[in-house]
Parts: sequence; C-alpha cells; structure tokens
Amino acid sequence: MLNYVLGRLLTFIPTFVGVTLISFSFIRALPGDPIQVMAGERGISDERYAELAKQFGYDRPIYVQFWEYLTGVLQGDLGNSFVTKRPVWDEFFALFPATLELSICAMIFAVLLGLPAGVIAAVNRGKFFDRALMSTALVGYSMPIFWWALLLIIVFSGNLQWTPVSGRIDLLYYFPDPTGFMIIDSLASGQKGAFTSALRHLILPTVVLGTIPLAVIARQTRSAMLEVLGEDYIRTARAKGMSPLRVNGVHALRNALIPVVTVIGLSVGTLLAGAILTETIFSWPGIGKWMVDSIFRRDYPVVQGGLLLIAVMVMIVNLTVDMLYGVINPKIRKR
Amino acid sequence: MTLLRIRNLSVDFATATGKFRAVDGVDQDVNNSEILAIVGESGSGKSVSMLAVMGLLPWTATVTADELSFDGHDLLTMDQRARRKIVGNDLAMIFQEPMSSLNPCFTVGWQIREALRVHLGMGRRERQARAIELFEQVGIPDPEKRLSAFPHQMSGGMNQRVMIAMAIACKPKLLIADEPTTALDVTIQAQILDLLASLRDETGMGLVLITHDMGVVAETAERVSVQYAGQKIEEQPVVPLFETPHHPYTSALLDALPERATEKRLPTIPGVVPGQFDRPAGCLFSPRCKFANAKCKAETPLALGSDLGYARCFYPLNSDERAAS
Repeated sequence: MLNYVLGRLLTFIPTFVGVTLISFSFIRALPGDPIQVMAGERGISDERYAELAKQFGYDRPIYVQFWEYLTGVLQGDLGNSFVTKRPVWDEFFALFPATLELSICAMIFAVLLGLPAGVIAAVNRGKFFDRALMSTALVGYSMPIFWWALLLIIVFSGNLQWTPVSGRIDLLYYFPDPTGFMIIDSLASGQKGAFTSALRHLILPTVVLGTIPLAVIARQTRSAMLEVLGEDYIRTARAKGMSPLRVNGVHALRNALIPVVTVIGLSVGTLLAGAILTETIFSWPGIGKWMVDSIFRRDYPVVQGGLLLIAVMVMIVNLTVDMLYGVINPKIRKR
Repeated sequence: MTLLRIRNLSVDFATATGKFRAVDGVDQDVNNSEILAIVGESGSGKSVSMLAVMGLLPWTATVTADELSFDGHDLLTMDQRARRKIVGNDLAMIFQEPMSSLNPCFTVGWQIREALRVHLGMGRRERQARAIELFEQVGIPDPEKRLSAFPHQMSGGMNQRVMIAMAIACKPKLLIADEPTTALDVTIQAQILDLLASLRDETGMGLVLITHDMGVVAETAERVSVQYAGQKIEEQPVVPLFETPHHPYTSALLDALPERATEKRLPTIPGVVPGQFDRPAGCLFSPRCKFANAKCKAETPLALGSDLGYARCFYPLNSDERAAS
C-alpha cells in the first residue's frame, strides 16, 4: 500500500510540471498584460511601459521567466499578487475553505439524493418513477448552470424570499473564523441566528453546484445497479430468502458502488475547480471567484499559482479515491 | 411423505415476440429424503420449473399451476413475506456457476452468517460457531481462516462447497441443486456429488438434482424425471429407467451415453429442442423421433400410467404391446 501511494506520488511530478507550464503560458497567451490593466483606459507611455516591464522582469526571454517561476514554486514561493501585493499562497488558503465548504455541501447533497434515486430507478426500471427521474436528470445535466442559478434566485430569493441572494452570511454578524468554514465558525461563535443565517446562505449555491454531480451520480448508480441486478449472486441472495430491501440495498448496492465511487471522485475534482460560475453568481468569496477576478486583472502570479494549487487538490482527491477502491472492491485489495 | 407437490405447472415468459411457454403442464412429486433427478437437454425447462418453485423467476414470467405446495404450504397463494421465511430456510437451492453465484464484495463467512441471522436469529458467537461447523461438514479445510476469504480467493470447487454450506445452513427439508457440477472439472464433480449424497444421508433432506448428465443421474439419483421442451415425458426409478426406458427420447438419451455405445461412432439425437417459433403440432419430440408416424405429428399424446413411466407417447418402448407386435 505504501509503495502504491509512493508510486502514485511520483506520477504527480510530470503532472505538476505540465500544469505549471500550461497555466504559465495560457495566461500569457491572452491579449494584454498586468501593466496595461494597471494603466487602465488612460494608457501609458512607451518609456514608462518599458520601465515597468523591466521592473517586473517581463523584458527577459519567456523561458528564463518560466525557469525562475518554476524554481520559485519548487521552493514553495508562488509569488505575490500584482494587485494586493500579498503572497498567492496566503490568499489561496484564506479563500479555499469557502470553496471547500461549498463543494463538500454540494457533494453531500448530490450523493444523498443521487444514490437512493439511482437505486430506486433501477429497481423500478421502466416504470413511471424511473422515466421521470431519468428525464429530470438529463435536464439537470444539460441545463446551463448560470441560468439554473438565476431561476432559483428569482423564485426562492426574489418571489418567495426564503433564501438570501448572495454571500456567505448576513452583514449583521461578525466573529473570528478559525476554521474558515462558515457553518462551523458561526456555530462556535455562539451568536444567535448566525448559524441559521450561514445555513440559509449555503442552500442555493449548494443546490446549484450539486445539480450536475447529482444527475451524473443518479444516472451512474442506476446503470450500475441494473448491471448488478442481473448477476447470479443477486439470484443467490433472493434464494436465501433475503428481503428486496436487503437484496437491493446491501447485496446489489455494495457492488454497484464500485463504478459510482469513480464518478463521485471525478465529480469532487470538477467541483473544486468548477465552482467558478456558482461562486461568481452568488458572490461566494471562494477561489473560483478569486480566479475569475485575477484573470480579468491579468494577475499572472495569482492565476498561475491558483491553477496549480487547484490541480494539486484535484490530484490529492483522485489519489484518495483510488485508495478507497481497495476498501470497496475486495478484488483490488489483495492481489 | 410428499414434500413438494406440483400439479400442472406451466411457466410463460413474455417476450418481445409474444408468449413463450418454457414449462408446460408438469406434474412432479418429491418425497422426504429422496434424490430426484430431473434430466433434459438445455432449454427443456428443468431449471425454470424449479425456479418457479423457489419464486426466483424474473417479472416477465407468469406461473400457473393447479397445485404448488411445499411441506403443507400452498406456494401459489402465499404472500412474498411468508414465502421468504420458507425460501432459504426449509427450501434451499444451489446453482450452476459457483464463482458468479457468490457475492464478490463480501467474505464467504459473511454470506453464510447472513442466512443464519436472518432466518434463525442466531447471535454473533453462535453464528460463527455454526459457520465453522458447516464448513467442516462440507469438507472445507481450515474453516476459521477460510471464512474470512472472498470468493475470488477460492477455487470453483471450494466455492460450490461454500454454496452448499450456505444452502444447508438452516437445515432445509429440500435442497434443489441446479446443475451443481457443470462448471467444475470431473474429479471435483464426483466429490461434490458424493458430498450432496452424504449430506442427504446425514440430514434426511430431499434432494432435487437438475442435470443433463446421465452419468450423474446413474451415480446419484433414486428417481428420474425426464423433461423435454417444457414437458415431463417420462418418470421412473433409476434402475428401471436405465433398463427399460419407455419414451423414445429417454432411450435416445441413454443410447448417446459413451459408456453404452456399441458402435465406433457415438449415436446422437438429430435436431435440437424446439424453441418459440418451431414448436411442432402433436408430440413435441416427433420431429426428432425415429418411430414417429402421422398420428404422432397430428395429435398430442397424454401421459400414460405409472407402469409405463408416465411416458407421453403413443407407442411406448419396452411395453408388452410393442413386444407382442
């Protein structure tokens, strides 16, 4: 097991270098640069531009810049933001808990609804529930996320006034955030109503972010269950006189989980990285919104460092999921 | 005493191209502690009729019968919950493919203990002790260690022993074995059959052995029922069946045994079992029967008396009538 983990960690190295290279070159491929953005509409004289470029080191050949960046990264220095002048590292970890909180909630939402829905659909194959669920899932999967978010905001925040429109908590509340997770910190602060407020702010972003994973998980669970339900060992379980609940929920689901966990793992990766739209719409102060803002500002270090850290997070999640396989699938465990 | 009593059992499958009758008017009795073999080619409905008894057919199947009773319980009118108390408990079944019939995600011990917990409500220690006892009974060496193995870590023969241990866990009154040795190699086949026969001797349970192997029948069974295209066409105790088969199909099956071949070339039965679209009028075996005449192809023969092995044939073999003519 240790060898396996170490082997997997070794494969991180080329991915790591690749992601660094891609993030470094893509942001530079965009028209404009930080100096022009800073100068704004007033423009800037050529002399002043050359002076600033020299100051930031942009006058040197691109491969020298990349090499410097790479050596810096390997020493744990992701550089400082052009805009805030703070280290990218600090900014990332100040904002990451918000994204993590939202992603975890979205994932819990997707799994808690998706798994049972998929199982029930498979067991009632071809009946009304199955058809209704699968068409809903298709709609959920195909719907543009920003449009879905706006619809929910119009109905639940606008018309019904049940949930707030944006942010993580009402402005009334202020308390220290040792964990960075608003629902935990609000509970720990002991302020009346803080927790409820945090929870209410979470609902819509969670639903929006969790919709696609929910659809994917439900569909994957259904098809995995359908495959498993035709297996001989399901007949054996029924021949043992087990109830349908036990046959479907224990004997079948346990086997169907193997492919479903793969999908869940992949979804976690996309959630961490893909919260960008959701965070932007709901003004959720996470890394997604931070990345978008930085791209508009051509804040090279932030975009590069942020992408790199997100990639590392996704790699760690995937490694964890791969290790989980052994727990779920005994055939992989002991070979 | 009759343990399982089946009268006029039919099973229809709804298919995309219409109804398909897999079992057609089968009568069958199984007595306490007897070994009944049901033989027939693939597609003769032998497994389906027993799956109907177990209630394990898919939803596309419709089961009809005049009587279907087990140990005094009417299986036709019984609700599912009550039936599940019998199935896996007093009435157990093992299958053809031991490797795929065990759940790959759970240890074999877990799968055995599950039956003990659900049906007998045993405690944890009691279950473990009984599981070890069962493994010893079916001849699995080092039971304590093997109980924590997964099915993929054991051989096919060992897995079939696990299946048998699981099936007899609750001391069933009747065990249905659906081609239990087909997927195993020959030496293991003999071991499994010996095991089943000796378990019958020890526990006094009835045993239904579904097979297409006449060799297995000769070695193990006491009474034999021959099925063809969903119908029971003959039934006799094993010795008379081998000596004086009455139905031409039984006779042809016996002639096809390598041990009985007199010529260099092994005799075969030409053609295949009729399916959904080529079901003949009259006697179902008539297209392949060397004795068939116009009457056989036009009229459906009914089962004859017990002296002629309930043969569904107008011209039974080894009868006094035919001997005289």
